[in-house]
Amino acid sequence: MKTLPKLAINRLRERRPLDAAAVDRFLARHEVPIVEGARCTFLYRGEADEVFLIHRIFGLPDHLPLRRLRGTDLWYAVLELPEGSRVEYQLEVAFADGRRERINDPLNPRLAHSPVGSSSVCYAHGHEIPDWTVDDPEARPGSLVDMVVPSRALRRDCPVTLYLPARFRRADPGTRYPLLIVHDGGDYLRYAAAKTVLDNLIHRLDVAELVAAFVYPGDRLTEYANSAAHARFLTAELLPRLEAELPLAGTPSGRCLMGSSFGAVASLSAAYRHPGVYGSLLLESGSFVFTDIGHDHGGGPVFEPVVRFVNRFRAAPRRVADRMFVSCGVYEPLIVPNRSMVPVFEAAGMTVRYVEARDGHSWENWRDRLRDGLSWIFPGPQKYIYE
Amino acid sequence: MRIVLLGPQRRPTLEAAARSLGLSGPELAGPGLAGPVATITAGWQEREPDDALLVSLLEGQAVNLALYRRWLDVQDRDPEYRAGEQRLAGVLAELQELYLLRLDYALQAVYAVQRRSAPAPAPASGDALGEALEAVRELDAAHLRRVNEARLEFFDRLRPHDRPVIAENRAAVSAVLADAAALVIAGGHVGVLAEVLHLFNVAAALNGAPVIAWSAGAMALTDRIVLFHDRSARGPGHAEVYGSGLSLLRDVVLLPHARARLLLDDTPRMTVFARRFAPARCVPLEAGTRIDVPADGAWPPGIRTIEAA
Repeated sequence: MKTLPKLAINRLRERRPLDAAAVDRFLARHEVPIVEGARCTFLYRGEADEVFLIHRIFGLPDHLPLRRLRGTDLWYAVLELPEGSRVEYQLEVAFADGRRERINDPLNPRLAHSPVGSSSVCYAHGHEIPDWTVDDPEARPGSLVDMVVPSRALRRDCPVTLYLPARFRRADPGTRYPLLIVHDGGDYLRYAAAKTVLDNLIHRLDVAELVAAFVYPGDRLTEYANSAAHARFLTAELLPRLEAELPLAGTPSGRCLMGSSFGAVASLSAAYRHPGVYGSLLLESGSFVFTDIGHDHGGGPVFEPVVRFVNRFRAAPRRVADRMFVSCGVYEPLIVPNRSMVPVFEAAGMTVRYVEARDGHSWENWRDRLRDGLSWIFPGPQKYIYE
Repeated sequence: MRIVLLGPQRRPTLEAAARSLGLSGPELAGPGLAGPVATITAGWQEREPDDALLVSLLEGQAVNLALYRRWLDVQDRDPEYRAGEQRLAGVLAELQELYLLRLDYALQAVYAVQRRSAPAPAPASGDALGEALEAVRELDAAHLRRVNEARLEFFDRLRPHDRPVIAENRAAVSAVLADAAALVIAGGHVGVLAEVLHLFNVAAALNGAPVIAWSAGAMALTDRIVLFHDRSARGPGHAEVYGSGLSLLRDVVLLPHARARLLLDDTPRMTVFARRFAPARCVPLEAGTRIDVPADGAWPPGIRTIEAA
C-alpha cells in the first residue's frame, strides 16, 4: 500500500527545538492553507483559548477545532478536500477573557468578496481559476450604460445597468441581439466579474454577442421571493422598453432570465407567471427550498413564500421555458433542493442542463459556471468559424 | 476547373501554391493565367478589407471581390430584400433548431446501440447500429433538402437577378472574375461565405480558372457544409449539416483544423462520423495540407480521410 508523504505540519511537530523561530521559518516557507494533495492544513498563530475553522461545507460540522502545536502559539487543522475544491472560510478565535472574534485568515491573502463581507479562500489541489474570468487585453471591452426604468408595479424607479457588446450596432437593421436579464445585477458585476466574463466569452466566440440588463433589487427578500409585482416589472415594464429601444431579438429564444440564490427563485417565478415569454433560464444555486411533508423547512420566515411557491411548482410542474441551465455547489446546503428540482423541471418538458461544482454558495462559484451556462443558452459563432 | 485545397493559413502555404500554378513568382502569368487573382475574404466579415498579407503573398496581383461590403450595400439600398433575408434567417434558424433537437436524440440512439454492440453485436440484434445510423442519415438529408427548399423559395420570391442593386454588384463581380487568372477564397465564417457566394452568383461567373481555397473557403465549395466542434466550451457537440455551398466539389466533407476541433482519438465517435456521411469522403485539412483536385474532379490517390473502424 502506498504511504502518503508526511505532512509539513507533522514534520514541524517532530522538529527540535520547536520554538518561535522554527515556527517563523515554517510560516515563511509555506503558503497558507498548506495544500498537500487532497489534504489542506489550516493554520492560526496567536494566543487563544480555542480556535475554530468556520466554513459552510454541507455535510461537515461547521465549527472545526484547530489543535495547538505543543509548546508554540501555532494552531492547526487538517481537512481533506477533493480535487478541484474551493472553500470559503473564516477563523473563530476564543480568548481567555470570554471574547470570541471571527476573522479572515491573517496568514492567507486570498479573499472572496460578497455583499455580506469578505472571507478567506482555500483553493484545493487541482483548482484552477478560469482564465476567461480575468481581464484579457485582447478582448474588446463592451460598455455599461446606466438607465432608470420607472415601475408602477414596484412603485419605485428601478435602476438598470445595460451591457452592450464591443461591436454593438444600434442602427444595423440586420442585427438582433439576444437579451439576458440578470438579477442582483450590481453584485454580478462587482463580485462575479460579469462584464469581464461577457467581454472574454464574446471575444472567444464562446457566447453570442448579447445585451445584458443588470437589475437591482429594492427589498430583495420580498421582490425575489415569488413576487407578482417583480415579475410584472420584468415582463410588462422592463422588457417592452428594452425591446422598443434596442435592436433585440424579441423572441422567447432570444430572452433569458438569470439569477443566483433568491435571484434564481425570482427568475423561475417570473417565467412561471409569464410562460412563453422567456425561452431560457440560467439558475445558479437556486434557493428552491421545499417541504415534502409538514412545514419545517429550516429556512426561517423569509423562505415562507419561496417554500409555498416551490411546493406548488412541484405539485403541478409547469413548462415555463424551453431550456434551463441549473448549477449548484456540492458544498452548499441547497445542493439537495437543486438536485431534487432537476427531474421536476425535466418532467415538465423543459430541456435541462445541470452542472455541479466543488464549491459553495458564493459569487466565485456563480462566476465560474457562467461559461457553461451562457455558451449553452446563447452559443457563440464558434462552430461557423474556420480561419 | 482545377481546385487546390489548403490547410489553415496561420503559417501560409498560399504563396507556394500560387507559384506552382504560375500565379506569382518567375512563372507569373503562365499559359492561360494572365490577369489578376480575384480574392474573397468575406468570411472575415468586418475585417474583409484587412487583406494586406494576402495581397503580399500573391505578390500584389490581387483584386478583392469585396463580397461582404457588397452584401452590406444590398442590405442598405434594398430594404425589401433585407427584410426578406431577415425572414429567411428566422426560418433557417428555426429549421436548424428543430434539426438539432431531433439529431440529438437520433445520435444518442446511435451511440447507445454502438456501446451495447461492443465488442460484438448480439446475434439477435441484426444491423441495429446500421439502422440507427440510417435514421441519422435520413435526418441529415431531409434537413439539407428543407434548407435548400427554403432558400429556393426565397430566391423565387425575391428574384435577386431582377433587383437593381444585386444585379449591379453581380455584374461587377462577374467582370472581375471574367479576367481573373484564379480565384482565392480565404477562411472565416462559413455561413457568411456561403451566403455571399450564392447571392453574387460566383459559381456562374467562374471562367474555368483555378480556385485556391482553405478552411471555411474550402468548405464553401462543397455540396454539403458540415459544422463540427467537439471541443467547444459547452462540450462535444454533434456535427451538423448546415447547407449547400457552391457544389464545385461533391461527395466530400471538408474538415479544417480537424485535430484541434474533432476528437479524432475517439474511434467509435469517428466511426459514426465516417459512416454517417459516407459515401462522401471526410477529409481533414490540417496546417500544411495541400490537395489538388484536377478539372475532371477525380480525387488524387492517397488523401488522408477519416475512416470507419
